[in-house]
Amino acid sequence: MKARLAALVLAALPWAAPLAHAEDLVFLSTQLRPVEEAQKMRDAILKPSPVPTTYVADVPQVVPTRLAAERQGNTHTISVVGALHGEIQPLVATNDLAPLDTLAAQLSGRGIPPALMELGKLGTAHQMYIPWMQATYIMVANKQALPYLPKGADLNALTFAQLNEWSKAVQAATGKRMLGFPAGPQGLMHRFFEGFLYPSYTGGVVRTFRSPDAEAMWTEFAGLWKSVNPNSASYNFMQEPLLAGDVWIGFDHVARMLDALRQKPNDFVAFPAPSGPKGRGYMPVLAGLAIPNGAPDMKGATALIDYLSQPATQIKMAQTAGFFPVVAATLPDDLEPGLKLAVGAIAKTQASSDARPSLLPIGLGTQGGAFDKIYLDSFQRIVLRNEPVRATLDRQAESLRKIMTETGAPCWQPDAPSTGACPVE
Amino acid sequence: MAPLLLIAPCLLFLGVLFLIPLVQTIALAFQVHGAWSLENFNTMSGDLNFHDAIVDTFAIVAIAVPLQLVLALAMAMMLRGLRRGRDIVLWIWSIPLGISDLAAGLVWLAILTDQGFLNTILFHLGVVSGPVSWLSYETPTALLIGIAVAELWRATAIVLVILVSGVQMLPKEYNEAADVFGASPWTRFTRITLPLLKPTIQTALILRTVLAFEMFAIVQAIGGRNFPVIVGEAFTWQYTNQDFGVAAAYAVVIMLISLGATLVYLRVLRTPREQLG
Repeated sequence: MKARLAALVLAALPWAAPLAHAEDLVFLSTQLRPVEEAQKMRDAILKPSPVPTTYVADVPQVVPTRLAAERQGNTHTISVVGALHGEIQPLVATNDLAPLDTLAAQLSGRGIPPALMELGKLGTAHQMYIPWMQATYIMVANKQALPYLPKGADLNALTFAQLNEWSKAVQAATGKRMLGFPAGPQGLMHRFFEGFLYPSYTGGVVRTFRSPDAEAMWTEFAGLWKSVNPNSASYNFMQEPLLAGDVWIGFDHVARMLDALRQKPNDFVAFPAPSGPKGRGYMPVLAGLAIPNGAPDMKGATALIDYLSQPATQIKMAQTAGFFPVVAATLPDDLEPGLKLAVGAIAKTQASSDARPSLLPIGLGTQGGAFDKIYLDSFQRIVLRNEPVRATLDRQAESLRKIMTETGAPCWQPDAPSTGACPVE
Repeated sequence: MAPLLLIAPCLLFLGVLFLIPLVQTIALAFQVHGAWSLENFNTMSGDLNFHDAIVDTFAIVAIAVPLQLVLALAMAMMLRGLRRGRDIVLWIWSIPLGISDLAAGLVWLAILTDQGFLNTILFHLGVVSGPVSWLSYETPTALLIGIAVAELWRATAIVLVILVSGVQMLPKEYNEAADVFGASPWTRFTRITLPLLKPTIQTALILRTVLAFEMFAIVQAIGGRNFPVIVGEAFTWQYTNQDFGVAAAYAVVIMLISLGATLVYLRVLRTPREQLG
C-alpha cells in the first residue's frame, strides 16, 4: 500500500520524470505505465538500445492532445508513439501519423503474422504502425485431462465440437464438471463472447448479433455449458481453480493464467482457444509503434522500432512485462517454463491457418460497459436461465442497436466496415 | 439565538453532506441526457436482475431480521442472568461488530466454498464423498441459507448491544412484584420485560432493517453474480455498466424501501404517550 501510494505521488509530480536530454529521442508510451514497469523498460530494454531514448509513459488520452498541440505549435518533440491498436486508431483521422511502408518492408523478414500487419494499416492503404507486443486469451488444461481428448483431435487445432466431446468425456470419467470459464463478477467472460465465440460461429460481433448463425451458436454453447463447473459463475481468475484442481480445462486472459503455468509448469498444457464454423476467432490485445508526422528524429525512430522488433528484445519484453512477442522468436532454452507455455500458446493461436483476429470494441467511449452487458445478459438469459434463444437475441439486439446509434461507432474487425454506426442486421 | 448558533454546525453538516447529495441523486435518477424522464426506471425494471434483486433482498431481510431479534433477546436475557463474567461474554459476543462486512464475507466464503472448512468437516464425518457446491446458481436455497447464516453471525451483535442497554434501564420493581405473586419466568418475560422493552426493540429493528436492506459486501463476497441484491445492482450499474442514472434510480428505490420500513415500525411498535416512563 505504501509503495503504491509513493508511486502515485511520484507519478503526480511532473518533475519526477527523468529530464530529457536535448539530443535524446522521445518515446511516448501508453503501456508499461506504472513506475516500476516504466523503470524496467528504461533499464532493461532501452538502455542497450542503439538510439539514446527518453521514455515517457502517460495515460492514453494524452497522446492525441499532445500530438495536436505539437502540430499546432509546430514544435515537434515526440519521435515514437507506443500504444494499443484502439488508441492509435484516432490518430489516423487527425493525420498525425507518418506512413511506415518502407520500414514495414524492411522488417518483413521478422515473421510478424500478416493478420497483425494488416491491423497496423488501420483500414488505410499504408502501414500506420508496426505491431510491437501482444497478449491474448488462451486455454490451459491439466495434463490429467489429456487422455480423454477425443480421437483424432489436435490440441492446437481444437474445435468447439471437440471441446464439447472432451469435457463430456472428462465428466463421464470423473463424475465432475471440469471445464471452467471466468464468468465471475470481475471475470473477463464478455471478451470470450466478443472475441472468440461470436467471431468463430458468425464471423462478426455486432452485425451478426441476432443472425441464424448466432442462434445455432447459443444453442450449442448452452449444450457445452452442461459440462462446465457451476462455480464458473464466481470465477474471476482461472489460475486459482486450475491450481486447486477444481477445473481441468479453462479459458482466460493469459495474464490471469500465468500464475498456474509458472507455479506448476509440468502439470499444465497451454493451447489456442477452439475454432467454430467461421474460423478461430481470437482477441489480440495488440500494442503498436507509430511515428508522428514531423517527428524530429525520423532516422532514430525507425532504428528504435527496428531494435524493439528484434526477437531478442521481444523475448526480453515478455520476461519483464508479461506482453508477448509479435515476431517469430526462437525462445531461449533457459526461458522460464511457465512463460514458455504461454508464449507457445499465443504463437500457435496467431499462426493457425483459420485465425480470425477480433478487436476490442472501438469508439464506444463510456458505453463500453453497457456493450459488454449485452453479451453477458444474453449469456445469463439463454444459458443460465434457459430462456428462448430467438426471443432473447431479438430483445438484446434492440439495446445493442441503441448503443451503436448513440455512440455512432463504426464496425470494427471482424465485422465488415460500415459507413456510420455499425448496424445490427 | 444561542440555540440556533449551537445547532448550526450540525445543520450545515447535514445540509452539505446529506441533503444536497440526496436531492442531486433524485434529480439524476429522473434525468436522461439533461431532460426529465422515467427512462432510468424503465431500464432498471426491465433489467434481468431487477426482479431477483428485489426478491433476494426481501428474502434475506425477512429471514435474518426476525431471527436476529429472537437471538439477541435470548442473549440479552442470558446476560441479565449472569452473575459473573458478564462483561467478558458481552465483549466476545460483540466481536463481529468490529469486523468489516467484506472481511466477514470472505471468512464465510472460506467456510462454505467447495474446498472450504464445511466440506472438509462433512467429508471427514463421511457425510459427503467429495466437494459439494453450496454457493452456485444451481443451489439457490443453500446459497440463501449460507448468506442468511453469515448475516446472522455478523449483525446480531448490533441488535444485542441496543437491547442490552435497554434491559439495563428496566426498573427491577415490576419483576420483583411479579415474583412475589408467583408469576413464572416466561410470564414475567412476556408480560413485563417485552412490553417495557418495546421502545428499545423499535430502535433496534429500525436500525437493523434499514441496514439489512442495504447489505452488500457480505453478499458480494459469498454470492457474487449468483445472488443479486438491490445495493449490489446499484454498484454494478455505477461502476461496471457506467450508467449513473440507473444507479441513482436504484438508490431512490433503496431510500423508499428504508423509509417505508421505518414508517411501518414507528406505527406498529408505537408506545402510547401515557405508557412512557
